[in-house]
Amino acid sequence: MNIQFDIEGGNFSSAGLASSEVKRLLKQLNIDIKTIKRLVVAMYEAEVNIVAHAYQGEADVEISEDQIKVVFTDHGPGISDIDRAMQKGYSTASEQVREMGFGAGMGLSNIKSHADKLNLTSETGKGTRVEIICYLNT
Amino acid sequence: MTKETFHHALKIDKELCIGCANCMKVCPTEAIRVREGKANLEANRCIDCGECYRSCPVNAIIIEQDDFTNIHNFQYRIALVPSVFFGQFPEDIQTEEIHSSLKQQGFTHVYEVENSTEIIWHKQQEELQNQENTKPLISAFCPAIVRLIQVKFPSLIPNLLPIKPPLDVSALYFKKKLTDQDIPSDQIGVFYITPCAAKIAAIKSPVGEDQSAIDGVINMDFLYNKVFTFIKQHNNDRCAIPDQQYLSSQNILWSLTNGEKDHNGKRSLAIDGINNVMTILERVENEEMSNIDFLELRSCDESCAGGVLTNGNRFLTVERMRHRAENASGQDNKDILTFKDYLLDNITIGPVEPRSMMKLDNDLSKALRKMRQVQMTMERLPRVDCTVCGAPSCHALAEDIVQGKASINDCIFIQKRKEQKELMNKEDSLEIMKSIWGKPKLDKNL
Repeated sequence: MNIQFDIEGGNFSSAGLASSEVKRLLKQLNIDIKTIKRLVVAMYEAEVNIVAHAYQGEADVEISEDQIKVVFTDHGPGISDIDRAMQKGYSTASEQVREMGFGAGMGLSNIKSHADKLNLTSETGKGTRVEIICYLNT
Repeated sequence: MTKETFHHALKIDKELCIGCANCMKVCPTEAIRVREGKANLEANRCIDCGECYRSCPVNAIIIEQDDFTNIHNFQYRIALVPSVFFGQFPEDIQTEEIHSSLKQQGFTHVYEVENSTEIIWHKQQEELQNQENTKPLISAFCPAIVRLIQVKFPSLIPNLLPIKPPLDVSALYFKKKLTDQDIPSDQIGVFYITPCAAKIAAIKSPVGEDQSAIDGVINMDFLYNKVFTFIKQHNNDRCAIPDQQYLSSQNILWSLTNGEKDHNGKRSLAIDGINNVMTILERVENEEMSNIDFLELRSCDESCAGGVLTNGNRFLTVERMRHRAENASGQDNKDILTFKDYLLDNITIGPVEPRSMMKLDNDLSKALRKMRQVQMTMERLPRVDCTVCGAPSCHALAEDIVQGKASINDCIFIQKRKEQKELMNKEDSLEIMKSIWGKPKLDKNL
């Protein structure tokens, strides 16, 4: 089962729409609530990342019997130093974004701690691809 | 583990129901469908919030109460009255007068529910200090909210504060008080005067408890009319002295919006109205509210003052209760504190089970298949949520179709298109409409 969501850069009120919808679907599939929570938190962080840093992006959700895979791709500045971006507390978020309560530098590390798998690739000046996987029945 | 049927206080009287679908449109858990011109309630989805009761234009939704004469099965008949009851009377009627009039109805004792809120508050503080608890902690005060979390937000069950609401703790207190005076417990009947349907459901089929300490439930609107009539007819001349008990301002305001929140030093939110509550619970689930320690959530607008069984205007009731609180003696009920240890030993509610209404199937591969079918069905439906199919939305219809409870032909848009392509004749589509809305609605003169 595949679903696709567009994510608009700069619009914080739209952050969370994809994760809320996926949450609803996973509840319908009677998936263990802890797994739902992990995935939803990871997805929400990734959504906020796109809204905060990129111009435009999308989330492709693929639900199968053994796993849920979400691929976020965005058109944005990209991440020049992935290792550093993964560190807790490191953020390049603007003052404006921080004032809204985001940009604490916990995003990527939070995704990593909640998802079973995180693959991150990025090209500076072009965009970022974040792949999140949560396994079912583990 | 999930139970499949529940006691509901709300019943639909099929004789009175005119099949207007107002209730179906307002139900927050999409628990109502229209078939053969009558509203049908799906028990597993209903949380007894009473929104349907409010919306019904012909009073076809009934809230079942116990027979009032049942109180005479007991030698000691206790009326457990919430403070919102008193708030509904005009201000020229004194609290004492209402107390004594309640006794004239046959009760031997009249106690206010909110006597126990101080004990509850102590326990809440203790739980809020406990760093191991999942934050934000959600009050279990409102039974409709507990049920909403069970059916729609099961991942938030660990956030529920496992503390009994005031009515249960007060019932324990008054029973204990009387049994300590060597009165046999089977001669004590505690009757709760309820402002809503959810409390009835909570008493008749308790969550996290085997049996409620309440012996019967009387609907507040019924007793209000009885008491008010009595007062009007007796012209204050039989005003007895009420039982010696004091409510502090905190006690009096507990059941109103902010009643719990205002006494919480921590960061907290008070939210009333079932739709507002659902919006905030979505956010809690996404862990978007990491700094909030406590949530006071109430299903009704203006909390219990807006209960579906109240007679007064909720805003006026709130104003009167605030006025009463301002003039409260400031003294707490000291008597209840002598039972503090006993009550604290019995204040915790047991595990709350999830009863998700959302799952399409217990089997994951079947559920996935059904979900794809829902997705494909949605592609065919108009997404106007007109409710002509007898379901509250296109999405609800799509799910009903996949679960075998409805047909795609129930959709009027599908019917029109099929008629045009000569896949369905006009008689068949009329028959479908009759099966949903009943024959009389489709036999009317043009």
